[in-house]
Amino acid sequence: MLSIRNIVKQYATHRALDDVSMEIEHGKIFGLLGPNGAGKTSLIRIINQITAPDNGQIFINGEKLNPSHITQIGYLPEERGLYKKMEIGEQMLYLARLKGMHKEEATRKIKYWFEKMEMQTWWHKKVEDLSKGMQQKVQFVATVVHEPKLIILDEPFSGFDPVNAELITKEILELNKKGATIIFSTHRMESVEQLCDNIALIHKSHKILDGSVKQIKNSYRNNTYQIEYTANGTDFKINDELFELLNQQKLGEGQQITLKLKEGKSSNDVLAYLIPQVHITQMTEVIPSINEIFIQKVTALN
Amino acid sequence: MNKTLLIIEREYFSRVKKKSFLLMTFLVPLLFIGMYALVIFIFIKGDNNLKQIRVLDQSGVFENKLADKKNLDFQYIKGNYVQAKKDLLESKADFLLYIPSNYESAKNIEIVSEKKPGLNVLGDIEDQMESILQDRRLIQAGIDTAVINQAKPKLSINARQITEEGEKDASVGASFVVGFVAAFLIYISLFIYGTQVMRGVIEEKTTRIIEVIVSSVKPFQLMLGKILGIGMVGLTQFLLWIALSAGLATLAGTLLINTDETKAKVEQLGKERAGMATAAGDTDADMLMNFTKAASTVDIPYIIGTFLFYFLGGYLIYSALFAAVGSAVDNETETQQFMLPITLPLIFTFIIGMNVIVNNPDSSLSFWLSMIPFTSPIAMIIRIPFGVPVWELALSMSLLIGGFIFTTWVAARIYRVGILMYGKKTSYKELAKWFLYKE
Repeated sequence: MLSIRNIVKQYATHRALDDVSMEIEHGKIFGLLGPNGAGKTSLIRIINQITAPDNGQIFINGEKLNPSHITQIGYLPEERGLYKKMEIGEQMLYLARLKGMHKEEATRKIKYWFEKMEMQTWWHKKVEDLSKGMQQKVQFVATVVHEPKLIILDEPFSGFDPVNAELITKEILELNKKGATIIFSTHRMESVEQLCDNIALIHKSHKILDGSVKQIKNSYRNNTYQIEYTANGTDFKINDELFELLNQQKLGEGQQITLKLKEGKSSNDVLAYLIPQVHITQMTEVIPSINEIFIQKVTALN
Repeated sequence: MNKTLLIIEREYFSRVKKKSFLLMTFLVPLLFIGMYALVIFIFIKGDNNLKQIRVLDQSGVFENKLADKKNLDFQYIKGNYVQAKKDLLESKADFLLYIPSNYESAKNIEIVSEKKPGLNVLGDIEDQMESILQDRRLIQAGIDTAVINQAKPKLSINARQITEEGEKDASVGASFVVGFVAAFLIYISLFIYGTQVMRGVIEEKTTRIIEVIVSSVKPFQLMLGKILGIGMVGLTQFLLWIALSAGLATLAGTLLINTDETKAKVEQLGKERAGMATAAGDTDADMLMNFTKAASTVDIPYIIGTFLFYFLGGYLIYSALFAAVGSAVDNETETQQFMLPITLPLIFTFIIGMNVIVNNPDSSLSFWLSMIPFTSPIAMIIRIPFGVPVWELALSMSLLIGGFIFTTWVAARIYRVGILMYGKKTSYKELAKWFLYKE
């Protein structure tokens, strides 16, 4: 769907993007992750043709990015904004027509979305009369009303209350199911971890990691397990050949330990060792969050 | 291009539909007519502020000879100067005119008052005294003043211009008024609509809708659409003003002329002229006659046509610059540092125009100011009522068009970067950098 190849963007003294490449597959939900100032917004602006890269190319479905692609992209900027004194219906119509829709079709689509989002009565209201959350809904509709094939959401959940965030998530997943490719850009990695199929991590203008969420997480597993148990009088004995105890703490009636398996040992070995000594209630593998992976990766780079 | 039309449409209708637009459209002509009516009213009623002047004439030459006027009332008193001065403060009289007996040799005539006397009061008294003195000396010399009065010539030169189309009346007074009003309107409207463009840009920037818009259209399209849309608002307003003013002026004119007082005044003026009356008093009548005559010589469609062209040209040049300023700042208070270089040429031309160009419309300074695109909208419109050669007009117009293409290009390069910059104080150095960024 979207192929980003060797993008370089240089501002006066600051290189915002340095040789960044990534592939975004059709119909997938893609997470563009990284801390503030990493270069995410610069990249998104380039995809939206708001600015041009100094070097590198972008292809959409094999075609070099050009103004005709504008109609296929829906963009929710990080900095939300609407005309304060313009009626909402009129405003939606204006934005949809700027995206190349015809008046009649745009009116129909807007009405459809207004109904879906339960905002039918808002048509003649002005933005300044709406609450922040309501404005966000309006902005979301403006992003998707022209049925874009690629939807780019920059910090999509900032400013939403939990109810609306849930609602928007539902709509995004539905659009994705209908075939739209979604790009989430955020510095709050945990917020989109569960939604994304693929991610790319950006740090200081460089892409430092990309791939499918599952694969990345798998490759960052390090044989760490969390076990909860209740001891019957005596605690278990440490076995240095089997595992290394990372953490132990009291948890209600019982205990919780975090341990790392030694090379070549499996979780079954640990269970077989512990079961005779204590009463095990739960055992889970500790899988690092994307956030932890990111920190690990950045520390390794330094 | 289609999208630019959409933007023009929004910018135009969102402003024309506003209540303030309607208010301005109807209020301004009413204000103009009101001012016009006020001027006529004052002209008819005269200066009603009566000044009482005590005359202490120790020479006896001027006693009972100074004529009372609509704003001057002379009272003659006796006594000594010091006492009279004291009395003045306690009395209602405004002035004390002291003429000592040896005034001719000593030249020590004085006027005292609590407040400073107005120039016209002084001038009036001086004129009257000179005339009385002149008559007195003539009689002393044995010359009949009646003969002199009859011999006094009364002339008014008709200025006529010879052009290729033949002769026509060249009315300097009317040209001055038309030039002044047109230049003033352009000056004011460049500010009003230029600032509107700037506010529009700042609004889009502060509400952050700019990012949504520029993901759909090119920044240049947005800037152009905004400039053209607001320009059309300006044109609409002017056309409505012209239509309304014309209508109201006709109406007001008919109403005013029908009042008895005006009739009487006009009749009186007519009589005075017919009788070739005394020198004093009929300068007003001459002025009114001249003005009516002059007004009829102004080629209104030509003036309006060139006015609209120079308004549009000037507007396009300046609004592009205003748009660039708007894009460079985060809010209106930050615009100050960039506004000065933009407004300076406008103010400069307006002042030069009012002082130099009107007095000498064909001087080389007038010529150059009416060629330079930044100053020509005001300079040329002052010159136009005096008559401008076709080649000069054509050259000035072409330069203006070239000028606005150039400034729009410069402004667009700053604008495209500026609109996406938030929370940064911008310097001129920064603007230059933005200008040099490649696409």
